[in-house]
Amino acid sequence: MAETTYVEAIRQGIWEEMERDDTVFVMGEDVAVYGGAFKITKGMLERFGELRVVDTPLAESGIVGAGTGAAINGLRPVLEMQFADFMACGFDQITNFAAKCRYRWGQAIPMVIRAPAGGNIHGGPFHSQNVEMPYVHTPGLKVVQPSTAYDAKGLIKAAIRDDDPVIFLEHKYLYRSVKEELPTQEYTVPIGEAGVRREGSDISIISYGWMVHVALEAAENAAEEGISVEVLDLRTLVPLDRQAILDTAKKTSKVVLLHEDTLTGGLGGELAGIISEHAFDYLDGPLVRIAAPDTPVPFSDTLERAFLPSVEDVVAKVRWLHRF
Amino acid sequence: MSTPAVAHLQTKFDRDLCERFHYYMLLMRELEDRIENKLYRQGKVVGGCYTGRGQEAIPVGSAILSRPGDWLTPSHRDMAALLIRGITPEEILAQYMGRATGLTKGRDGNMHMGCAERHCVPIISSIGASIPIAGGLAFAMRYRGESNVVFNYSGDGASSRGDWHEGLNMAAVMNLPIVYLCNNNLYAYSTPLDKQMKVADIADRVAGYGIPAEIVNGNDVLAIYEASKRAVEHARAGKGPYFIECKTFRMSGHSAHDPADYVPNQLREEWSRKDPILMLQKYMVENLGADEQDFVDMRKRVLDKISGAVEWALEQPFPDPATLEDDVYAPA
Repeated sequence: MAETTYVEAIRQGIWEEMERDDTVFVMGEDVAVYGGAFKITKGMLERFGELRVVDTPLAESGIVGAGTGAAINGLRPVLEMQFADFMACGFDQITNFAAKCRYRWGQAIPMVIRAPAGGNIHGGPFHSQNVEMPYVHTPGLKVVQPSTAYDAKGLIKAAIRDDDPVIFLEHKYLYRSVKEELPTQEYTVPIGEAGVRREGSDISIISYGWMVHVALEAAENAAEEGISVEVLDLRTLVPLDRQAILDTAKKTSKVVLLHEDTLTGGLGGELAGIISEHAFDYLDGPLVRIAAPDTPVPFSDTLERAFLPSVEDVVAKVRWLHRF
Repeated sequence: MSTPAVAHLQTKFDRDLCERFHYYMLLMRELEDRIENKLYRQGKVVGGCYTGRGQEAIPVGSAILSRPGDWLTPSHRDMAALLIRGITPEEILAQYMGRATGLTKGRDGNMHMGCAERHCVPIISSIGASIPIAGGLAFAMRYRGESNVVFNYSGDGASSRGDWHEGLNMAAVMNLPIVYLCNNNLYAYSTPLDKQMKVADIADRVAGYGIPAEIVNGNDVLAIYEASKRAVEHARAGKGPYFIECKTFRMSGHSAHDPADYVPNQLREEWSRKDPILMLQKYMVENLGADEQDFVDMRKRVLDKISGAVEWALEQPFPDPATLEDDVYAPA
């Protein structure tokens, strides 16, 4: 059976939800005739028509506002931000209005904002950022980032069915670099559940997005040195699967917190807080953060490779932590 | 694209409609007066306190045309729009007092209230943000093939925000059924119009988006009604958005704490002679056989209603701190 790429998995997920529920529509820049900058919405205009596949002017705040208004009035918008970086232009609409509607006036906003994120594609400072944290820090939003094609399809479907606004971060490097056989029967992946990608007993690496694959490769290398590494893929950043985080921390007693986002104010600090508050007595070593340095994402190959956490970086930290 | 102001009324207004105008304008005026000049000073209303004194004609002359399926996005100077949609003085007062039975259950204050059942979106404090929201509400109407429309309210200040421009442009391109009512009250907080924009009228800005815009006397409820009727018919007929610039004046500070010393006295005096309620009363006396006693009776009716509502609101419970973390997300 043919393997499905991450990008195609997202496309299939949206497509199936549009077939299933005629209140679901897609809106964004270049999503209709062009099929989206990354071709996620390719073919949808022909299948679902221009009422449900909507090209907009270049106006991220306008798009998010229109999506929110449509959600208030009974629809389920799936909005595309051409790059996650430009979601900043709609930041006020997302954080000051959409996120607060349920709390202020009991109004559900069943809306998905899809945002291609992440580096390793030579995108430079405006097309490579990992922008999750401002949204993670906004009560009322859910934040998701799949690392596999299976999860990408299952999570986009769950996000579309969710009654809260969901920031759906897609990793651009994974779009065409990961693929797998997907089940023929319908499935969803629940928001809020992490997944153990590799069982291990000496050290846990907690990560998400592309870095899960870096962690898995590092684990493979560490195994050759006799270090058994467990890899936990968060999949959802809000709400965090605290149980899974604490379970793996208690199991191995040594934890590496790995993300592609920059260090200061990154999710690693939050995870360290949770573990030290609730599993401190289980720890046999310091909580170790591995993240990109606190700089903009650089363009040139040598700089970007130095910026992104590498397999070698992870193996070195794992080796160091193992000595405790 | 701009349509010139219509100077002469086309409609023959009957007494019944004018009494409804009068009732809602007076109710808004007196309710806001009680809130700002009594309850706020007595410490029974805390936080900010924004009124639409002198601007009552704008929400009344327009929202009165709304149908149940329409949606409204009122600004903080459009209390009458909420009243017309059936939101009661009791609910408004409980909101202002931060009580559990207020429309936001004490989670938000003052005019920051709305109601999904009555199709009123609460104000978004980042002024101008409601313009794209109106677009989405209207998009869903067109999606389902309805003839409903959105009434969007904002002021001159909003027209300098990026959202205002993004929202108007998208609505025009998508031909969405929206009636924009802009209260141009000459000041954005303390900043006068000539420091906000270089063109004479906000309608000039609108013309750039290919949306028909007309300018009306914002203190004349009859003129606003007529313009709104034209606008609503235009939007319901699928002809797209329509913009009404209502020239008016804020007869208060930006909020209760603001004495508005920056406003020249002459301007205030000039506009006090154009009070929208007095204007309507004059019309009713000259054309519909109303007399001073009718207005005294009506005012008493309104004041009694408000007093009853205040009494009720003061008895309402404050929210239970145990509910602090409720309703951030959908129930699992």
